Amino acid sequence: MSARLFLLQRLTALILAPLVLVHLGVIIYAVRNGLSAGEILERTRGSLGWAAFYGGFVLTVSAHGAIGLRSILIEWGGQGRRSATAIGWAAGSLLLVLGLRAVWAVTGGGA
Amino acid sequence: MSQNAGIEVRVWRGGAEGRYQTFRAPRRENQTVLDIVTWIQREADPTLSYRFACRVGVCGSCAMTVNGKPRWTCRTHVSKVASGGRLTIAPLRNLAVIRDLATDMAPFFEKWRRARGRFEAAISRDDPLVPVSPESPERRAADAAIECINCAVCHAACDVVAWRGDYLGPAALNRAWAAWNDVRDGDRVGVLAAATSEAGCGNCHSHQSCAEHCPVGIDPTRSIAGLKCAGLMALLRGEL
Amino acid sequence: MIRPACNHPGYWAFLLHRLSGLALVLFLPVHFWVLGTALDETEFGVFIAWTAHPLVKFGEWGLVLLLAAHMTGGVRLLMLEFLPWSERQKTRIAVSLGLALGFGAAFALGLV
Repeated sequence: MSARLFLLQRLTALILAPLVLVHLGVIIYAVRNGLSAGEILERTRGSLGWAAFYGGFVLTVSAHGAIGLRSILIEWGGQGRRSATAIGWAAGSLLLVLGLRAVWAVTGGGA
Repeated sequence: MSQNAGIEVRVWRGGAEGRYQTFRAPRRENQTVLDIVTWIQREADPTLSYRFACRVGVCGSCAMTVNGKPRWTCRTHVSKVASGGRLTIAPLRNLAVIRDLATDMAPFFEKWRRARGRFEAAISRDDPLVPVSPESPERRAADAAIECINCAVCHAACDVVAWRGDYLGPAALNRAWAAWNDVRDGDRVGVLAAATSEAGCGNCHSHQSCAEHCPVGIDPTRSIAGLKCAGLMALLRGEL
Repeated sequence: MIRPACNHPGYWAFLLHRLSGLALVLFLPVHFWVLGTALDETEFGVFIAWTAHPLVKFGEWGLVLLLAAHMTGGVRLLMLEFLPWSERQKTRIAVSLGLALGFGAAFALGLV
């Protein structure tokens, strides 16, 4: 893991820590108050704030997860640096695309 | 356990391919594992290959895997490790076996070089000496890491070395940390660049197996943590 | 693959961190996919209703614990690497934070 990749991994970890806490708080609030799907979407649809928060969350976790996966592929998966990096990029891209689609679905798109 | 009964010893014979051969060695008081290996080679099978030098725990040559753990055999008392009267001796992990208990140390030293463990002079003998206080934080850090004698026990204990052959490993990186903390070095950034490379300190997951096994009491995980931090700071300042 | 050189805390902390991370990275696409169904509100509603099922609740509890575990290991690493060295203290701090987080969240979610 090069110096740059290491920096990115640690940086995304630092960013994710408070984001995760907020996310857990959001879930707990929703569950505690017995929010239905419609009620949840009411609060998130059209909200720039939620879009920014979860958009940033998706971006950060996609990078963090992809880099972690790359390490696992090299150390346990018998992959060389090239293939592990390629698979890492693919995984990160998948997470990013699906994640941003989800953010859009919950904050912007749909009925 | 009667001393006359002796002790059953399984010893690795061969190279990468081979088998364990069982001997029955006499059990004595104050006996070390190296004593047993020596007895086997002298009395039972002269074809056994192994390394040793000082016999008193200062050179690190006799490092082997004893009952699954990398140790100095001259400093390992049989009474402490022989579980149920049995002993298993194998060559150090993570290095190619030349024969029996002797491994090829060349890759280990190659990693030492790749981590830029050598000193780069900044001045010549005609220049005045650079004063270095032993109390300075850099010198303290270097002193904590400087006692390494390249025995490769930490390298054998490290799982990441086992999982990726290119990983520089605890000994080489510990050395790089000592080198980086030497304020007299003319290319400290070069040390950091080497230590934080793709195969470098970023791969350490802080298992701390190295620190657990180092016979000299060095903590390579700590050194590597220092390199990680120094590397990040240098990267952020645009020095790397 | 997994043959620890020694049976000590540092190794188990790493294993927990790595396995929880792997589980999370495999779960996330599924999670995103489900959320993406909010593009069709009825489908999303179906999924939300489905989350009342006890098996799903058990899965959610597992995920919250995985998250807490992974964060614990991560915070421990960040402390080891960037704060002055004192390993035992940091492990204890990280573990207590993680346990607090894990059980707190599980209680709050009504899962325990």
